[in-house]
Amino acid sequence: MRIILMGVNHRSAPIELRERVAFSAENARRAAQTLRSGGVVEEAVVVSTCNRSELYGVFGADAGRATGALENFITSFHGLPSGSLNGSLYRHLDHDAVRHLFRVASGLDSMLLGEAEILGQVRQAYMAALAGGHTGPVLNRLFQSALEVGKRVRTETEIGTRPMSAAFAAVKLAEQIFGKLRENRALILGAGAMGEQLVEHLRDRGVARIFVANRSRERAEDLARRVSGEAFAWEDLPCALELPDIVVASAGVSEPVVTRVLMERAMRSRGDRAMFVIDLGVPRNVEPGVAELYNVFLYTLDDLTQIVEQNKRARAKEIPRAEAIIDQQLEKFQKWQARGAAGHSTKVVHERASARLHEDREVVREILEKEQETP
Amino acid sequence: MNSFLDNLVLAFYLASFGLHLWHLFTDSRLIGRLGTTCLAGGVVSHYFALLSRAHAMGGVPYQDFYGSLSLFAWLLAVTYLALERFHRQRAVAPFVLPFVIGFVAISTFLAPEPAAVRHTTAHGLLFALHVTMNILAYAAFALSFVVSLLYLAQNRWLRDRRLGAVIWRFPALEVLERMSRSSVIVGVSALSFGMVLGFVWAHRLLGHYVTGDPKEIISLVVFLVYVTYLWLSRQTAWRGARACRLCVACFFCVIFSYTVVNFYLSSYHRFF
Repeated sequence: MRIILMGVNHRSAPIELRERVAFSAENARRAAQTLRSGGVVEEAVVVSTCNRSELYGVFGADAGRATGALENFITSFHGLPSGSLNGSLYRHLDHDAVRHLFRVASGLDSMLLGEAEILGQVRQAYMAALAGGHTGPVLNRLFQSALEVGKRVRTETEIGTRPMSAAFAAVKLAEQIFGKLRENRALILGAGAMGEQLVEHLRDRGVARIFVANRSRERAEDLARRVSGEAFAWEDLPCALELPDIVVASAGVSEPVVTRVLMERAMRSRGDRAMFVIDLGVPRNVEPGVAELYNVFLYTLDDLTQIVEQNKRARAKEIPRAEAIIDQQLEKFQKWQARGAAGHSTKVVHERASARLHEDREVVREILEKEQETP
Repeated sequence: MNSFLDNLVLAFYLASFGLHLWHLFTDSRLIGRLGTTCLAGGVVSHYFALLSRAHAMGGVPYQDFYGSLSLFAWLLAVTYLALERFHRQRAVAPFVLPFVIGFVAISTFLAPEPAAVRHTTAHGLLFALHVTMNILAYAAFALSFVVSLLYLAQNRWLRDRRLGAVIWRFPALEVLERMSRSSVIVGVSALSFGMVLGFVWAHRLLGHYVTGDPKEIISLVVFLVYVTYLWLSRQTAWRGARACRLCVACFFCVIFSYTVVNFYLSSYHRFF
């Protein structure tokens, strides 16, 4: 039995093409059904996310026929002209297909290196195929091994740790200063997109209260409503600055609105309690001199970007360790293949697969929860 | 004095240090748990090592400098273990355990064979409790010193935006502040109890509570500086780096008390 993989991802195809070959859950089920009933493959799993659409199949016929049949299927299923996927579609057989899936499950093939969401997506795709009866001994073993690899890579390496976006880097910094944010308050100045994203992250992490100040009262109230916060008039900024422990400055201004003098007054009023100021403005919203004040931690967008770059490099350093784990699992899978999948009845295979899937569900849930702390 | 038990103690503490350091860099829960288990093993075997020492001396094991150092190391390990469990933080261990290991190593490899108890007055439960409580206080203050230093270092790195890989593993600044305060609370409580026992002991021995010994004076100074720290650290203007700097400064009084006063100035407390 041979394994085939065919698909597109964020590296091989632009988003417009990826959108056209994406599979919804229902389409994925229909595709697997059609492929099997048409005799193109004996087992089929469709993995489709916003960054990739991949068909995994097992066949006994010759590779050339299977490859051609799969390619024709993809284009005709999505109503695309023949040959329109030339140059975008990648094809892998056997060893290469297995390695590719293991790399995908480990987050090594993701746009954001090491992201854990893909592990849940691979698991979901496999579960759907298993439930539809589209898998057999080979793909069951393959996908269970892939989930195991994904789990191992994330627990044994640091590929999935550390924040990879500026907004989440800011949240992690806030937690590094204050610990749990449940008793802290945040103020957002302005209504920049990144500022809003950051405040939403803060809200998700349990920040107790959120204040919003904007030059436009309407926009302040609108954002306050969306983040379950309280709006402040822009003119009340000097008073508003006394309240929060975290200030997110994201206003489109030509000169700093948070001056050192203003901050000194605010810090005096709040008894010099620690304050974390995140200046996302370009030009800057906060005077650099604010950083010299006692118990004030000031980070600009450049600082956050630098942290993200450091984290990307740190994650990249984990790739060899992740690849080593993948090599180990690949060897195990190949030994299993060499022994042959004969002797397992479909029912037994299905039952064992379901049992293992239930165990994996908890582990994948834990990994995803941990990932939410470090996207 | 170097017995199998002493070597076992060192082995446990060294293993715990190695595992906690590994945990600091990898954040592996299993490694962290193993580190804590080894530390607990060290504490238990250290207790028996102290008992064995006491048996060999025919009295309390801290009649000499080395015994006192060993007891200090044990109480430091115990206090740290309690703090780790209470605050659920393991990242401080690599900074505390070297002191434990160092003091145990000195008392293991440099101490002569324990001689029989020399001080006929230094015996009994009251005296034993008095000394143990005071050494517990010093251990707790030592822990708050280390935690405060860690706070100041992390505070500096965060303000300077010098973020290495390990900083994400450290407890948050506010958690470190709380750990330091918890430790000082333990120290002040133990010191209060130890001082009261000392006054009672003095009365039993000499007929009056206060002898004017320099040790009594410095103990009172240590008590007052740490109580001041506890009060100031709750005032918002002092929270953060200011309180931690004060805590670091307070510890120098403890060092002075444990060394200069014990070795050169005190009459009633010069046991070594």
